[in-house]
Amino acid sequence: MEPVQTPPQAPMPTVPSTPPTPDGPNPLRGGKKQGASEGSATWAPIDRVGLAICWALGLLFCAIAVAIVVYLLVQGIKFLRPEMLWTPAAAGFSEGETGGFSDALFGTLIVAVMGIALALPTGVAIAVWLVEYGRPAGLARVTEMTIEAIAGIPSIVLALFGTVIFSSTALGFLSRTTEGVVFGRSFFAASAMLSLVALPLIVASTREGLNSIPRHVREASYAVGKTKAATTRRILLPTCRPQVTTGAMLGLGRIIGDTAIIVVLLGATQNFSPVEGVGFPLNYLRGAGTTLTNFVYEASPTGNLNQPQKAYAAAFVLLLMVLALNAAVDVVHRRARKVGTWSH
Amino acid sequence: MDPFRSDSPLAPPPIRRLKLDDPEAAKEATEPLTPAAGSGPQQSGFVTAKRSVGAPQFSIRRMEIDGVSVHYGAKEAVKGVSLPVRQGEVLSLIGPSGCGKTTLLRSLNRLTELTSTATLTGRILLDDVDITEIEPTLLRRRVTMVFQQPNPFPMSVFDNIAYVLREQGSRRARKKSLEPKVHSALDRAGLFEEVKDNLDHPALKLSGGQQQRLCIARALAAEPEVLLLDEPCSALDPKSTQVIEDLIVKLRDDVAVVIVTHNLQQAYRIADHVAFMYLGDLVEYNSATALFGSPREQRTQEYVSGAFG
Repeated sequence: MEPVQTPPQAPMPTVPSTPPTPDGPNPLRGGKKQGASEGSATWAPIDRVGLAICWALGLLFCAIAVAIVVYLLVQGIKFLRPEMLWTPAAAGFSEGETGGFSDALFGTLIVAVMGIALALPTGVAIAVWLVEYGRPAGLARVTEMTIEAIAGIPSIVLALFGTVIFSSTALGFLSRTTEGVVFGRSFFAASAMLSLVALPLIVASTREGLNSIPRHVREASYAVGKTKAATTRRILLPTCRPQVTTGAMLGLGRIIGDTAIIVVLLGATQNFSPVEGVGFPLNYLRGAGTTLTNFVYEASPTGNLNQPQKAYAAAFVLLLMVLALNAAVDVVHRRARKVGTWSH
Repeated sequence: MDPFRSDSPLAPPPIRRLKLDDPEAAKEATEPLTPAAGSGPQQSGFVTAKRSVGAPQFSIRRMEIDGVSVHYGAKEAVKGVSLPVRQGEVLSLIGPSGCGKTTLLRSLNRLTELTSTATLTGRILLDDVDITEIEPTLLRRRVTMVFQQPNPFPMSVFDNIAYVLREQGSRRARKKSLEPKVHSALDRAGLFEEVKDNLDHPALKLSGGQQQRLCIARALAAEPEVLLLDEPCSALDPKSTQVIEDLIVKLRDDVAVVIVTHNLQQAYRIADHVAFMYLGDLVEYNSATALFGSPREQRTQEYVSGAFG
């Protein structure tokens, strides 16, 4: 027998040979897919009803959210004209003559910056103390309960509390004083109370971020002779930057959307009303003003101004700000995911 | 059929006894484990291990553990242990789980103090100074530790090492000035060749063995006098294990090395002195060849031959 030489061939990918099944489709060959993921056909009726309710509610609320955004989008594009953003409100007889809401826009930005500037360092510090130290345990529990209580207080109650505090003569330097009577309402007052609104969100997010760092990372840092301060500042806080940012963005969202504190503590004017006799910028910050939420409230059909077109335009701008914040959170998270996580 | 007869297919495999090389013939060997020809699980197999390290060139006494007991609350984890730790040699702590070897290791750089219920009695001296008199962070720079699970920080490879080198509070040192030290630490850990092209690569994306070598480089960057290793290879594949074992042997001249290991063969391969602990007691402390070849205590003999563990 002469040796049979098989010509050299390119190696073929080996496919596991499957025995033909006598009945039913071959699962490896495609055909009707069954058993890829379990269907609900085998479930008890109550579970199937539950699944149907989950689907229905999810779709319903998706639809509601989309409806709100789309409606505001449509109305806003219809009514928002760019000059509204840099024209202050003015007195007039029709919507075309009453200017824009630039003061409200700047007011929102000022209040947002000041509120977060107070809330962010305080919130992060509280969270770091709770997670890294937390002794004595009783004090830690009281702190946690206090933060949760602040989260639950309605903002109108916070506003009322703010009037009591900022109307005292000791804090008269934070607002205007007329003939010995402290007005008590200013950007300082509103920002201080708004920072309380954002504080619990920042504390919760930062705590979650710090707790998600495994204990052995801290040990690794101590084991090379680094202090607790260096570990916290150089390893832990940079690692939970996404969570801190999420907390700050959520807090910011709540601040710019808050109406009750603004209406009560910002003086209920339509434009900036700076204090006389004080230099820039304190004259504005100690004075009264308005924000987008206050403007929408006043300009809505049930408010004092009854300028519904401007109300929609302002609401649209507010919505854009919130969407931009959410997008920023997403960007931060995506960049953090590139660094990788611990595998254990 | 009686399942406990040794020729039935259901019989448990017999205990494999570790046959070790003649102590006089211990020389630098390159392959650690060669199975004896013709052995298999059916017969009582003899596995031959060769020591991969020669006798230590010198030894300087660096740390002294003197009658140390560690209690976690009421439970006594380490009972009255006394050991020397010398530079120029590798000391291995062996023993079954729960025998206190990790606790003893952690007490050497005062990491047990992080657990609030831990109390330590006895003395530990570093260069004749009681370690409780040295500030903890300074002590931990002189006695650094590498853990079982590789735990690099979530930063780049360069930043992991630079973090150790940067001083607390002072102005952040420039990257250029730290580069030589970072390179030398990575070189000592045997990682430089593999990462030198991109030192900004995120450390968490390295393989397990590379991450563990990075942790060793980080521990070496502090220029310690004693290096503690807590089962550094238990989470790694054999190839990485061999690389790290060679590295440990190379390091013993510069730092005193204390390694806790579950793996008896590893202890035989790389250790110069071995301390066997059982349930908190130091059962036997001897040179590696003596402890594995002719142990003094019955318990050591049983553990080393695999009767329990």
